[in-house]
Amino acid sequence: MPQTQLLPEQASTMAPRVDALYFFLLAVAAFFTLLIAGLVIYFAFKYRRRSKNEAGVPIHGSIWLEATWTIIPIIIVLVIFGWSSSIFFSMARPPAKTLDVYVVGKQWMWKFQHPDGHMEVNELHVPVGVDVKLTMTSQDVIHDVYIPNFRLKADVLPGKYTHMWFKATKPGKYHLFCAEYCGTNHSGMVGWITVQERAEYEQWLAGSSGQGTTMAQAGEKLFKDLACSSCHQTDTIGRGPTLVGLYDNKVTLDNGSTVMADDAYLRESITNPRAKVVAGFQPVMPSFQGLVSEEGLLQILEYIKSLRTTPSNATGVVPPPAPAIPAKK
Amino acid sequence: MDTAATPHSNYLTDGYSLKSWLLTRDHKRIGLLYLFSVTAFFLLGAFFAGIIRLELLTPAGDLVSSDIYNRLFTMHGVVMIFFFLIPSIPSVLGNFLVPIMIGAKDLAFPRLNLLSWYLYTFGGLFTLWALVTGGVDTGWTFYTPYSSSFSNSNVALVIVGIFINGFSSILTGLNFIVTIHKMRAPGMTWFRMPLFVWAHYATSLIFVLGTPVIAITLLMVGAERVLHLGIFDPKLGGDPVLFQHLFWFYSHPAVYIMILPAMGVASELVAAFSRKAIFGYEFVAFSSLAIAVFGFLVWGHHMFVSSESVYSAMAFSLLSFLVAIPSAVKVFNWSATMYKGSISFEAPMLYVFGFIGLFMIGGLTGLFLAAIAVDVHVTDTYFVVAHFHYIMVGGAIMMYMGGLHFWWPKIFGKLYNEFWAQVAAVTIFVGFNLTFFPQFIVGYLGMPRRYHAYPPEFQLWNILSTAGATVLAVGYAMPAFYLLHSLFKGKRAPSNPWGAKGLEWETTSPPPTHNFETPPVVTEPPYNYAK
Repeated sequence: MPQTQLLPEQASTMAPRVDALYFFLLAVAAFFTLLIAGLVIYFAFKYRRRSKNEAGVPIHGSIWLEATWTIIPIIIVLVIFGWSSSIFFSMARPPAKTLDVYVVGKQWMWKFQHPDGHMEVNELHVPVGVDVKLTMTSQDVIHDVYIPNFRLKADVLPGKYTHMWFKATKPGKYHLFCAEYCGTNHSGMVGWITVQERAEYEQWLAGSSGQGTTMAQAGEKLFKDLACSSCHQTDTIGRGPTLVGLYDNKVTLDNGSTVMADDAYLRESITNPRAKVVAGFQPVMPSFQGLVSEEGLLQILEYIKSLRTTPSNATGVVPPPAPAIPAKK
Repeated sequence: MDTAATPHSNYLTDGYSLKSWLLTRDHKRIGLLYLFSVTAFFLLGAFFAGIIRLELLTPAGDLVSSDIYNRLFTMHGVVMIFFFLIPSIPSVLGNFLVPIMIGAKDLAFPRLNLLSWYLYTFGGLFTLWALVTGGVDTGWTFYTPYSSSFSNSNVALVIVGIFINGFSSILTGLNFIVTIHKMRAPGMTWFRMPLFVWAHYATSLIFVLGTPVIAITLLMVGAERVLHLGIFDPKLGGDPVLFQHLFWFYSHPAVYIMILPAMGVASELVAAFSRKAIFGYEFVAFSSLAIAVFGFLVWGHHMFVSSESVYSAMAFSLLSFLVAIPSAVKVFNWSATMYKGSISFEAPMLYVFGFIGLFMIGGLTGLFLAAIAVDVHVTDTYFVVAHFHYIMVGGAIMMYMGGLHFWWPKIFGKLYNEFWAQVAAVTIFVGFNLTFFPQFIVGYLGMPRRYHAYPPEFQLWNILSTAGATVLAVGYAMPAFYLLHSLFKGKRAPSNPWGAKGLEWETTSPPPTHNFETPPVVTEPPYNYAK
């Protein structure tokens, strides 16, 4: 790689937008630095002391000047604020249909799970031009997924799901750093994102190991092994509420409030079931905190997600021919 | 010390025994005790920085192991922030000057002042004990749950050291506030106070309001480590991000603890070396208070990528932009003060020029970080490292050095070698830029901070940075020689070597024990050079 680079390569739809704002900020910074430095140097020489007892001309201030140099910077920062916030909104809101990948950070490695069952360590393959959403959590301390070429970064927290989405625009191999200090081998927690043309990506999907069991299938097996299925039936006769059609829908709780059944709610209901009990049910479910790994939790989550349409899809089989492309939903 | 030649008694000659120093209640002597300890911690912090920069000369982590490296950057941060930057200007220059500048005999609570030096020193020694018994590897930010549940290093010990030191900050702030309210000389109204005193007043508010928060927060980390309470550990129902809120609620204002006193020094120096009243005195005074107050409302900008909600991120972004305005106003005011001044270029003024330049770059790159979309890319990279070094080293240390040079003749009654002082000021400025400017570039390229080893494409910028650090080290070493030399061989300083205004220049150099031979009465506005 050339050593004189001043910008990392732009490899996502976000990168050019962030760089444009960056250049605007550079221009603003350069303008004010040169303005002030120029004035200071000019004054310093023009008004340099000529005799030992010379004093300056007493000028105590000017409301007009103070107002000007307060209001102009305020206007400039408001422009930057608006511009930056609009980009940030795009970063924070993933498109409706995405290719989902699940990430678990642990001291000191990255584990990636694809819905179709592929597992990768410190390496993630994604197709070019497709909206990819990462659902991330940590098994131990706070980590941070940072892909400089995408201009994206997000903390990966224990006990919580965070998200990042991107659309890669250029095939290639890009660094994925851990950017939140996480202990001894923090600087070794480095992975790669391999962005491939679609055909190449399909080939990789077909050719690599880990085929056979999808994440949802693994989740379903775990669901049964942990005996979740003895209470959560696919109809309404179980001791717990049915999970069919639950994901991304509103749930009414026993205190009358409602909550969105999203990743965070489902995770909480597994690790701390009594926090938000569904209306009409007794708080009898035990906590599964520590009984199921972060990867397992994500598999169960993917299984519950697969139940959101019809019970017939409960096996979580992703319909071919384009399993990885968001069209599946 | 060559005190025999001093014709009258002064605070330095008022007793020579160790006891007369270690039990002194004289704010000036306590200021010198601080000067001694603060310098020792600076040397220690700089030593750590040196090894870090050498390690980063090559991409491979070949000089020290990753464990040692993590301990080094943690101790560099802890020592420099808690034991150098935060106490430096307030405890050394502020202690010495605030009472004199308002025409008081001493601080309001002299014994408390001595106690705060002891707390500071014991806190520091405690931290050093933690260092020699294995160190700490969490980073100076102590993020949970790493610090509370995972790190196997001396976290609890270091926390106790910082906790003890926190009381020192609180007591110093309390002392300044009461002194400034109650002990001003007749005629010294609020708007006749030097801007240095205003800056210390604002800083003291942060000391008193902010320090208890960090103290309690760190205690919570300690309690979590020992008792597993589940405050921060999600496995026990805690919230790992809670710590960040509490931590930055203090630690962002702490940046202003470092920079506000520096701004106070800059105001004094610009006025003295332009022989002119500060342009817009009231605006400069009030902007100090505005920074102190608004500084408490922006902590969330450290957490844009830690799962903060979109709308709170935006609120913190907006507030962070707005807190930049009073800082910008001050820079404009200092520049405007030079207009039609009578400007001379002695070493302290060279530090002011350096300060304005570095603080501008530090402040303007703050806008990059307040802009969330850019912050997402650069946070936790070397861009941030460069930014805060420009503010905290480029701002605070430049003005600590400038202030030390400006008041050195007053403090010790001796003149130092002006030529070498100017060479040092220029060397520090050049070395500083060479060290930290490349870090903006390597940061935007994506090099994360706290990396012991890094991909080879980042090496060029690290080589430049390490080269700069070498120049910077030479720059910092020079004053040690000519300032010490001045104590023994320097010419006797007159009361007012710079022809400056302010009560401290109306008493002898060094001042008598009670600061003034006759109690001063103030009859004119500050910086009244054109009288």
